[in-house]
Amino acid sequence: MGIISRISGPVIEARGMKGAKMFELVRAGTEKLIGEIIQLREDNAIIQVYEDTNGLQPGEIVVSTGAPLQIDLGPGLLNNIYDGVGRPLEAIAKKSGSFISKGIDVPGLDKRRKFKFNPAVKKGDKVKAGDIIGTVKETGIIEHRIVVPGTISGKIIKINRGNFTVEETIAVVKTRNGEERIRMHQKWAVRRPRPIRTRLPPSVPLVTGQRVFDTFFPIAKGGTAAIPGPFGAGKTVAQQNLAKWSDADIIVYVGCGERGNEMTEVLNEFPSLLDPKTGKPLMERTVIVANTSNMPVAAREASVYTGVTIAEYFRDMGYSVALMADSTSRWAEAMREISSRLEEMPGEEGYPAYLSSRLAQFYERAGRVKTLGNKEGAVSIVGAVSPPGGDFSEPVTQNTLRITKAFWALDASLAYRRHFPSVNWLTSYSLYLENTVDYFNTKVSPEFTRLRKEAMVLLQKESELKEIVQLIGPDALGEDDKLMLDTAKSLREDFLQQSAYDDVDSYCSLEKQYLMLKLIMSIHKLEEEKLGKGLKTSSLQKLKFKERIARMKFSREIRKEVKDITLLAEKELEQGVREGLI
Amino acid sequence: MTKAYTSIKEITGPLMIVEGVKKVGYGELAKVLLSSGEKRLGQVLEISEDKAILQLFEGSFGVDTKHTKVSFTGEIMKIGLSEEMLGRIFDGIGRPIDNNPVIIPDKRMDVNGLAINPYKREYPAEFIQTGISTIDLMNTLVRGQKLPIFSGAGLPHNRLAAQIARQAKVLGKKESFAVVFAAMGITNEEAMFFKDEFEKTGSFEKTVMFLNLANNPAIERIITPRIALTTAEYLAYEKDMHVLVILTDMTNYCEALREVAAARSEVPGRRGYPGYMYTDLASIYERAGRIKGKKGSITQMPIISMPDDDITHPIADLTGYITEGQFVLSRDLHRKGIYPAVDVLPSLSRLMKHGIGHGKTREDHQMVSDQLYSAYANGRDARDLVAVVGEESLGETDKLYLEFADKFENTFVNQGHDEDRSIAQTLEIAWKLLSELPKAELKRIKEEIINKYHPGDRRAK
Repeated sequence: MGIISRISGPVIEARGMKGAKMFELVRAGTEKLIGEIIQLREDNAIIQVYEDTNGLQPGEIVVSTGAPLQIDLGPGLLNNIYDGVGRPLEAIAKKSGSFISKGIDVPGLDKRRKFKFNPAVKKGDKVKAGDIIGTVKETGIIEHRIVVPGTISGKIIKINRGNFTVEETIAVVKTRNGEERIRMHQKWAVRRPRPIRTRLPPSVPLVTGQRVFDTFFPIAKGGTAAIPGPFGAGKTVAQQNLAKWSDADIIVYVGCGERGNEMTEVLNEFPSLLDPKTGKPLMERTVIVANTSNMPVAAREASVYTGVTIAEYFRDMGYSVALMADSTSRWAEAMREISSRLEEMPGEEGYPAYLSSRLAQFYERAGRVKTLGNKEGAVSIVGAVSPPGGDFSEPVTQNTLRITKAFWALDASLAYRRHFPSVNWLTSYSLYLENTVDYFNTKVSPEFTRLRKEAMVLLQKESELKEIVQLIGPDALGEDDKLMLDTAKSLREDFLQQSAYDDVDSYCSLEKQYLMLKLIMSIHKLEEEKLGKGLKTSSLQKLKFKERIARMKFSREIRKEVKDITLLAEKELEQGVREGLI
Repeated sequence: MTKAYTSIKEITGPLMIVEGVKKVGYGELAKVLLSSGEKRLGQVLEISEDKAILQLFEGSFGVDTKHTKVSFTGEIMKIGLSEEMLGRIFDGIGRPIDNNPVIIPDKRMDVNGLAINPYKREYPAEFIQTGISTIDLMNTLVRGQKLPIFSGAGLPHNRLAAQIARQAKVLGKKESFAVVFAAMGITNEEAMFFKDEFEKTGSFEKTVMFLNLANNPAIERIITPRIALTTAEYLAYEKDMHVLVILTDMTNYCEALREVAAARSEVPGRRGYPGYMYTDLASIYERAGRIKGKKGSITQMPIISMPDDDITHPIADLTGYITEGQFVLSRDLHRKGIYPAVDVLPSLSRLMKHGIGHGKTREDHQMVSDQLYSAYANGRDARDLVAVVGEESLGETDKLYLEFADKFENTFVNQGHDEDRSIAQTLEIAWKLLSELPKAELKRIKEEIINKYHPGDRRAK
């Protein structure tokens, strides 16, 4: 127990704290504000407080809790929204109404709710940490698998079946050190990665249903991606689309220092959206961690750890989890704010010198792994970055780029003309292209990779040609160059652009992506051929099939549509050449 | 009796360090009595066991270290609130300056407010018709949104804000509304313009004005928006009113924030602004919204004059990251004599999609808007091209787009100061413009919608 000696915003100092440990959780003042020790100097502790410190006085007491910042894990996580330190916002609302007041102590999981536990092991079975001993059907989509926590290993001497709260004993294990009771509930310190057996190479793409990502810049399950972009470029919409449509089993959505209404939007929208795989509400596989921009800044720093710990917990059950962090810049800024209050020597742009190592540690918690229980699980992390002024040379973007393997650069100029997702196809990249080649070749089509390359070449060529046009005007281009521009335009408008709000277009299967791309590229071939026979590019726009291509993204029966368009195109082009009309 | 301290150790800029203080809380309000008898207010910025750092809202001019007395009020800054505040004018920290009696408070609230629990937020989805085409059709404002005007020196942002305040209405509803107006460092003339506007339209009785003008103390500005928003919260959540809050000019607010940070020799962030400016601005902007179970709402319209029209300047930049979109005014359009000079391309309303469409405005709203965006962007590209290679070398379609861009600016963007266009009128103008492009170019609009609304098609039927 110590005494507060200084208060400066979210950082307080307390004396008489000898014996307290680094990153131990404390309760500060009469309002019992939650804080965490981040520096120790003789018997002084510097504490970052997760709640508003207005009204706190020097002389008030600080009580150590003896444990680091932990969150509750167990059935009841899904379909829920938490604050940055793992307190459910619904329970907070019940206690304090529409606004979040201070010092509220609520358990992370509902301790009264009963879950039906089905054992997967029997008496006498040997189990060790990470093994699954039973399941709970938590939501319509997800079976919550109960794993043996910590370092327990031994023989099951009792296993229950039936309805239990998360605190009741469901099994007893006889270990070398005596009997251990297992409950469905466990705690984990958020700053420590949960252990795994081995890492596996990421080779399966996380299918997002978004053409620009899946086709051109895929992310692998267990991989990492960064989405940097200035405001208004559509980071949040992109993140929300990934959360909606990507084929992960579990989604953890961390709203870190972003808008309150965006969290509400997810809360409103996800229960009514159906998972394309199971037909059940998307919310049933989702956990939200929300520290909105007006919630205390220190809890923002903790929120990404809270999110990734929940993700790892589900990974350990053998699930593929996707974590969306929107936005990691706010997290880095929270770090900067705390650091500057500590009067640490600043690094680049005032960020602390440990910015890059913290970012790296966070993204390293992604991965495709063999769990302790010998299951395959994955955590994929997609982090949004909000560079000031859209300038990618700033420290957070640059340090993130060094770690993440897929880079989806959002571009304001594309957003201005409502080209969404506003991913710049020339500056973005993915290092997972090679790892995932096998998957695309076998699961989609052997020619997929070739088509992707050809399309990319066209888009590259377009930007070169556009430069020429800017200098000497479009008349200077030859017919073949003009055709290239025409097809590149089609790739941009008819393929890369995808409407997030259209019922059909918001999700595009890999098969549809392949067929659409194939059509655009084979029409290009066809037109090239006809060009030699007297076709003029200037009259292409008047042909009916062009309009059909523009609308094929809204088609529900893409196979038939592609066939029809191909026939129509052959006819129109042939006729055009023959009649000398074009 | 609260203890008065005379143990002032240091005064730097707006900051004052008092020693030997006991039982003082972080953020607490302090009263400072000068030797001249003048009273000022201050707030605790940092506190340790024997020392408090105060920020003086009215500055440190004339404060001495010998005779000045400081007493602490034992509470963080609060404001007394009442419905009587409507139709009144206050200074930047909430004292009446219209020669009318003081307010007898019905309730006292902490000016810092509390964060709305995201779980209890109601998603804003009610279309507000402002009568301005560029806003209603392309950057729709909804109730409970925070949507700033990004402007520059000499651009008509005040006129636009006043026109919005005057014309804004939710279709088919008659509800009690109020305007809370907070001025931070603007000129007396600008403040009077707003007052006259409100009076002219008879809405002054529904307006609360907080004025911290250019000649008022700069540090006071840090508290002005918070007082205004606390008042707005009271009117919205206790008195069921729909409140529009105009904050002008947030640039001056940020300057004041920087001044305090510099006086404390904090590590500066970009362009000398403090590293926590994002969090600080968020604590203002996030106080817009709707709450489940409450009738009222707070819609925020901050005005930011971007230094050197630079949208990447930290003030505009951080604001854009927090607010739900932005209206950007363009000097080019203004020079061409187009009012309101809204440059739609960088403008955005993030909450638009939920406030429009079938049953709210019209089913074709989103598609028409997307099409206008893309066509206007093409037109602007063509304009750039013309500047280099001349109009002759443009292709057929590019020429059409070039023409489109001009017409769009002159007939769609441009409208009168008092012209209140209904959404139907706005859509009509939009379709007329779009019908001059070939149908194959209208890729953003679904076929059945074109068939239904395209003027050419309608005539054919």
